[in-house]
Amino acid sequence: MAACSVEALLAKAEQEEAEKLKSITVLKELDLDFDIGNLLACDKNRVEPRVFREQKKDDFLRALARDNTQLLINEIWKLPTERVQEAIVAKLPDPATPLPREKPPPKPKPPTKWEEFAKLKGIQKKKKTNLVWDETAKEWRRRWGYKRANDGTKEWLIEVPETADPNEDQFAKRNKAKKERVAKNEYNRLKNIARAQKVKVPGVGLTPKAQQSKDELSRAVSVARTSTASVGRFQDSLPKEKAPKNQGKKRKFDPLIGDFSNEKNKQLELLKVMDSKKPKLDVTKAVNKQMREEDREEATAKFKKGAGKKGRKGNMQGKGKGNMQGKGKGKGGKGKGGKAGGGNKRRGKVGKR
Amino acid sequence: MRPLTEEETKTMFEKLSKYIGENIKLLVDRPDGTYCFRLQNDRVYYMSEKILKLATNISRDKLVSVGTCFGKFTKTNKFRLHITALDFLAPYAKFKVWVKPGAEQSFLYGNHVLKSGLGRITENTQQYQGVVVYSMADVPLGFGVAAKNTQECRRVDPMSIVVFHQADVGEFIRNEDTLT
Repeated sequence: MAACSVEALLAKAEQEEAEKLKSITVLKELDLDFDIGNLLACDKNRVEPRVFREQKKDDFLRALARDNTQLLINEIWKLPTERVQEAIVAKLPDPATPLPREKPPPKPKPPTKWEEFAKLKGIQKKKKTNLVWDETAKEWRRRWGYKRANDGTKEWLIEVPETADPNEDQFAKRNKAKKERVAKNEYNRLKNIARAQKVKVPGVGLTPKAQQSKDELSRAVSVARTSTASVGRFQDSLPKEKAPKNQGKKRKFDPLIGDFSNEKNKQLELLKVMDSKKPKLDVTKAVNKQMREEDREEATAKFKKGAGKKGRKGNMQGKGKGNMQGKGKGKGGKGKGGKAGGGNKRRGKVGKR
Repeated sequence: MRPLTEEETKTMFEKLSKYIGENIKLLVDRPDGTYCFRLQNDRVYYMSEKILKLATNISRDKLVSVGTCFGKFTKTNKFRLHITALDFLAPYAKFKVWVKPGAEQSFLYGNHVLKSGLGRITENTQQYQGVVVYSMADVPLGFGVAAKNTQECRRVDPMSIVVFHQADVGEFIRNEDTLT
């Protein structure tokens, strides 16, 4: 009985031991799908609802998870392993399952001015070889940069062009040109950035140029003028200089519906000023008027005379008629006649003024 | 739409004063209500306060015209009178020219007034003085600039120009699409 019980006990203990250390082999109807890179295993086997319901649910799930994890670990063990400081390490392959990214994809770079132009014209980039044969050095060299092939800047002598000033330093000229090209490129780069961010390009007014227009020059002058410690406050202006345009002053208008009486008064004031500026006496007009008056006086006098003559004597009438015969003469006569009396009058008027 | 600036008011008044002299005061200061000048789309409109307030309900780009158009500012900031201003120029005109019935049509087609078509002219008219042109029946036809002063007008030959044409009522038909 005791032996039996001992055997039974041993068997039971053994069974329990086996229960605890479950085997590493797991049987599945369908093989799992593995993505070792992501440490991912997908179990496509069906779960019998009956089994799920009969067993304790937690136990069932736990057992299933253990089995699948076991399979995953088996898969990892198949990879080549190495020992790093008492730990066995396996290198995981690249993950196979595409995962959605955390952040939205970056926006495409805004095209530069050249890229836009190239697209418009259909200009395509041509790939050039990096190395170029250098005739003088007899070797392959880089196309650009340090120790480049066919370097134009390494010449020890430059021929002076016929049209150039003989005293001009051609080397300095070349260096200057290069510097300007670099600066221009940098400026264009900044312009592209500014354009992409829709910001105003800084310092557009004063970029160096071979031929500056009148407008650009005047802008340069106005900038130079305000570039003093006192922002140009004490700067003298040239006699015939015009005020620079586009000073960045904001126009300000009165409100559309504001103080109507004030507006009216302002306009009346303006009219008053305009009136006061007008000359009180228009000289030509005054002279004309004077002449006309004289003409009229004369005419009336003549008329009266004529009337008198008509009434009295025919002798005098003839004289008068004789005067009037030729038009030009008549005019002259008029003028003369007027001068005696009118000349004085006019002078008197001028004196009054 | 906005009120005119000081400078704009001055240029406009200077132009107006060539035709109506100091009578501008009567336009600015009216006993029958408040009237004002407003600038919209480079054009100057003369309107009453009431109309102005009504017009504010219409957006700027949709507003074609309001009140009476007096003229427009050119790109060089000069002021040009339009024929629509005739209603206000004619009653206050200081210098007038009357055109004979035969020359009326020619003037209304946009031609200058010749000596032969000149019926009457105000005394003392100076050369280059702004004048309003009337028909002999006192109907205002347009306005222009005197090419000669009154004295000279009497002497010149009949085919010489007496009044330079600037605007006439025929424009209401000829420039129908641009007049507002």
